[in-house]
Amino acid sequence: MSSKRIVVTGIGATSPLAGTAPETWAALLAGKSGTSTLEQEWVERLELPVKFAAQAAVPAVEILQRIETKRLDPSSQFALIAGREAWADAGSPEVDPGRLAVDWATGIGGVWTLLDAWDTLREKGPRRVLPMTVPMLMPNGPAAAIGMDLHARAGVRTVVSACASSTEAIANAYDHLMAGYADVIVTGGSEAAIHPMPIASFAAMQALSKRNDDPATASRPYDVTRDGFVLGEGAAALVLETEEHALARGAKIYAEVVGGSVTSDAYHITAPDPSGSAAARAMLSALDQADASISDVIHINAHATSTPVGDIAEYNALRRVFGDHLDNIAVSATKASTGHLLGGAGAIEAMFTVLALHNRLAPPTINLTSQDPEIPLDVVTSPRALPAGDLLAISNSFGFGGHNAVVAFRSYN
Amino acid sequence: MALSTEEVLAGLAELVNDETGIATDTVELDKSFTDDLDIDSISMMTIVVNAEEKFDVKIPDEEVKNLKTVGDAVAFITAASA
Repeated sequence: MSSKRIVVTGIGATSPLAGTAPETWAALLAGKSGTSTLEQEWVERLELPVKFAAQAAVPAVEILQRIETKRLDPSSQFALIAGREAWADAGSPEVDPGRLAVDWATGIGGVWTLLDAWDTLREKGPRRVLPMTVPMLMPNGPAAAIGMDLHARAGVRTVVSACASSTEAIANAYDHLMAGYADVIVTGGSEAAIHPMPIASFAAMQALSKRNDDPATASRPYDVTRDGFVLGEGAAALVLETEEHALARGAKIYAEVVGGSVTSDAYHITAPDPSGSAAARAMLSALDQADASISDVIHINAHATSTPVGDIAEYNALRRVFGDHLDNIAVSATKASTGHLLGGAGAIEAMFTVLALHNRLAPPTINLTSQDPEIPLDVVTSPRALPAGDLLAISNSFGFGGHNAVVAFRSYN
Repeated sequence: MALSTEEVLAGLAELVNDETGIATDTVELDKSFTDDLDIDSISMMTIVVNAEEKFDVKIPDEEVKNLKTVGDAVAFITAASA
């Protein structure tokens, strides 16, 4: 077994809760909701059945230069903000560009750019279509924006696997570091899809909550009255590096990445396999890479989107993996606060998992007033201290297409 | 109806500001788009297309390379609007 270890040395986020990673974590611990009624005129004009979402707390235009907001789709703008914060948090290290990579993710890519350009083409003709439309809408745009900003020349890669995207990106970053492709990798994901078309589509498939009268409580994983997920936006970034590289430069270390696994259901394009067998295998494989047993796991940041079917499917997979030990695991479902960031979800939840280990504090799951009796989990509903000693935690993500991705982290001393 | 130099300059400065964030009072007739205002070809094309709409003129692609200064663009647009 390799003695090589991979550690987390920087975090960044711009989310529905706040504009930075520390403020996002603080708002999460405080039990805040990032969900509110959408004030955009298109909500009423288009008669959208869902009139709320979890919008980024700080608009990207308030952070970036004008030319950056003109040249980048919002999904890339969020990526750049989170990536820069994580890099600064890591101490803005001097890294050989040939040893620095990016493993990023998005679920949808530049949907605003794509659809705005289509409207422009139809209403005003081809000459009015912006010259940068295609590079702005391409799903690898966010990764490229970070890569250019940090001069990463060891490869700038993008995973697209719906809501599993950024957990898969972190798993890939772990693999790439273990394989020696780079010494440092900026990883994570971003999404900016609070646009009427995705809202209409998700609503049509009955995936979104329709709790228009009380948006802040709409995302309620595991609650018996849950009725769908809340569309969120934003980005989160982690700086991963080899322990050797981190120690040589005296870096602050948040936690260790000890496993990252991806499996696929091959069952249905949107419905999870009710048996949960492939999801379970992803968890077991991540633990196997960590050289850990199921009884080592003390905390899980669940995928838990607040859909009636999805929350139960994940529970079944968890029970299949952990058996009776599941009752000893503190489970947090942080989408209750953040909404569902789609391609950014895994990254922000991995960041929460890292911070839970670093601070020995599991974050709360808000809006759980009547827990579904079919999901008997030990759900953390107010910040809960985690014990001393070596701690192992996992973060799960599952996506349309039958994608299952799991990353495992260990506390670092 | 022909537009005045002042009208075109003020309108063009707004378009440059919208695209790049450059302050409108920095957009002066003797300024070079590339050397002084640091505007690249992508932004230039966006500004040109927006100027066509704003001033209701046509600026052919082959003409754009001749518009080296703000004054060149203002003169072309002023003449084209006549």
